[in-house]
Amino acid sequence: MSTEKGETRRMTIAEALREAIREEMRRDDRVFCLGEDIGIEGGFGGAFTVTLGLSEEFGHERILDTPISEAGIAGAAVGAALTGMRPIADVQYADFLFCMMDQLVNQAAKMTYMSGGKVKVPLVMRAPCGATTRGAQHGQSPESFFIHVPGLKVACPSTAYDAKGLLKTAIRDDAPVLFFEHKLLYGSKGMRAEKDAVSPTSEVPTEEYTLPFGKGVVRREGKDVTIVAKLLMVYKALAAATRLEDEGVSCEVIDPRTLVPFDTEMVVDSVRKTGRLIIVDECNRTGGWAGEVAAEIQEKAFGYLEAPILRITAPDTPVPFSPVMEKFYVPDEDRITDAVREVLRWR
Amino acid sequence: MIRPPRESLVRMYQRMQQIRQLEEKVYYLFLQGDMPGTLHLYIGMEACAVGVCENLRHEDYITSTHRPHGHAIAKGVSLKAVMAELFGKSVGCCGGYGGSMHVGDLAVGSVPAIAIVGGGVPVATGIGLSCKMRKTDNVVCCFFGDGAVNEGAFHEGLNMAALWDLPVVFVCENNLYAASTPIAQAVKLAHLSERAGAYGIPGVTVDGNDVLAVYEVVGQAVERARRGEGPTFVECNTYRLCGHSRSDTCGYRDREEEAEWKKRDPLLVMEENLTEAKLITPDELLGIKEAVAREIDEAVQFARAGQTPKPEDCMQHVCAEE
Repeated sequence: MSTEKGETRRMTIAEALREAIREEMRRDDRVFCLGEDIGIEGGFGGAFTVTLGLSEEFGHERILDTPISEAGIAGAAVGAALTGMRPIADVQYADFLFCMMDQLVNQAAKMTYMSGGKVKVPLVMRAPCGATTRGAQHGQSPESFFIHVPGLKVACPSTAYDAKGLLKTAIRDDAPVLFFEHKLLYGSKGMRAEKDAVSPTSEVPTEEYTLPFGKGVVRREGKDVTIVAKLLMVYKALAAATRLEDEGVSCEVIDPRTLVPFDTEMVVDSVRKTGRLIIVDECNRTGGWAGEVAAEIQEKAFGYLEAPILRITAPDTPVPFSPVMEKFYVPDEDRITDAVREVLRWR
Repeated sequence: MIRPPRESLVRMYQRMQQIRQLEEKVYYLFLQGDMPGTLHLYIGMEACAVGVCENLRHEDYITSTHRPHGHAIAKGVSLKAVMAELFGKSVGCCGGYGGSMHVGDLAVGSVPAIAIVGGGVPVATGIGLSCKMRKTDNVVCCFFGDGAVNEGAFHEGLNMAALWDLPVVFVCENNLYAASTPIAQAVKLAHLSERAGAYGIPGVTVDGNDVLAVYEVVGQAVERARRGEGPTFVECNTYRLCGHSRSDTCGYRDREEEAEWKKRDPLLVMEENLTEAKLITPDELLGIKEAVAREIDEAVQFARAGQTPKPEDCMQHVCAEE
């Protein structure tokens, strides 16, 4: 397809991520991938097919299969990053980040600071997150843990276009980046396809591009209520906004794309216009990202608010298994539309 | 036993004196209330760091622990830069951002020390991976204590380094106590080097108070690593001739045991070896010792005179500058 952006193709997020890795590995010998099941012959190219086929071009030295050793993977990424390489670690499931916490929080995040700025830790942890009927240990959304750690950057792409541009930026960044990918957004195919997946595709330019961190995007313009949402929740918010349009309510939907750095300005500008803010987040409620955004915005835009800021989040429970319970757990369009109606009652 | 060149012997003795005298000085300054923070002193263990690092090139790496002063000095971080860091000064090797437990300078291959027990082990594996992927013949020596061998990170890091034949030498400084816990209450094995077999790599136990023995054994391990034949586990048996940290009076240790180890003070051992072999005269040794004392005084002066960071400087260096 040809647009004002030049030649484009429709891609899934998994395809876009794969292309980003391929381009960066071609561009820079220092870039390599490591992780569990990422390049095994006859395997599946990582749990969600992102690295599928890459070992054919780059070999098994640069698409490095590891034992099941999450602390080892993260530690090896730190050591390699400190000494001139640019590792991309495949976390398989974001839940396994907790097995790596010492390496991520005590080493990766702090090495630059503890050295007085003398060392760099350019690594990327690609972490598939989100509830997908896998229960409590393979369905978490742990993004909020990492926004609390100074020294880590956190990216949360929700489209293929963003996924490619942001991953390329993450790989080139000299700081450690936690790169969250929602399992229902990948568009993984074949045996690795996800039931009930949204799997958005988007037009991705054939020409090379990167996207800056800290710049959100307005997914839908509106004037009555601002909804800030990330990852899968962007699509739930957009669906709710469409439904509310029929009731004459105009919602603005903002996708921040990165949580650290966060585009506070974009949200403040929107709230100045709408006077109402709802944050939709699949993370657990207490101490989560949604609360942080709410606090930040009430400090910076209190005078513009006409209603309390509402958080629509997962409850403070582990991720349940039974599909009926999981559906209740993950924020949905009904909860978002109810919240919009509630903030509109404040006149 | 191999005999290193005289120049090398003199350098090793000088380095050991630098470490010993720096540690004694900082302890004194600390007790006087001149120095902030906490301290994990390396007194009694100098032969390990010096014997290891004498085998390393400038481009080689070390990783270190919460007891890092000796490692950093042995790898070539200057006394001034270490001392200034302990005072929290901008001219310190980490600009005052690190402190005692994180001294190091990657410019000389001394990775800022990792003070989480066992945390440096997989990081060293990653450095070894990087050395191999970049097609260098550099190696990394990973220092850790006896306490680290019971951490999960130790297991994961050793297994991966062994699996990929990475150029890593794992140097376990077994000083018999993990803080106050005796080794026998933490491990069933007589020698920690027996762990190496579980990873399919060589394991050696060496007298960690004899710098020449450490030098020789680690030298073989370093050469093996440089040849691409993979990692070695070296256990250096040694002893802290001081407390675990600033306020520790070692109530958990037997005074007779301490006296026995004191007789085997690594500096005494080296002095005896050198003078008995007539490689160096007692006068020369004294000359080195006195020269080091002057260096230490200069380091203290440098550190005291160095600029203190501005309070708001704490906001810098959270992420690497683009």
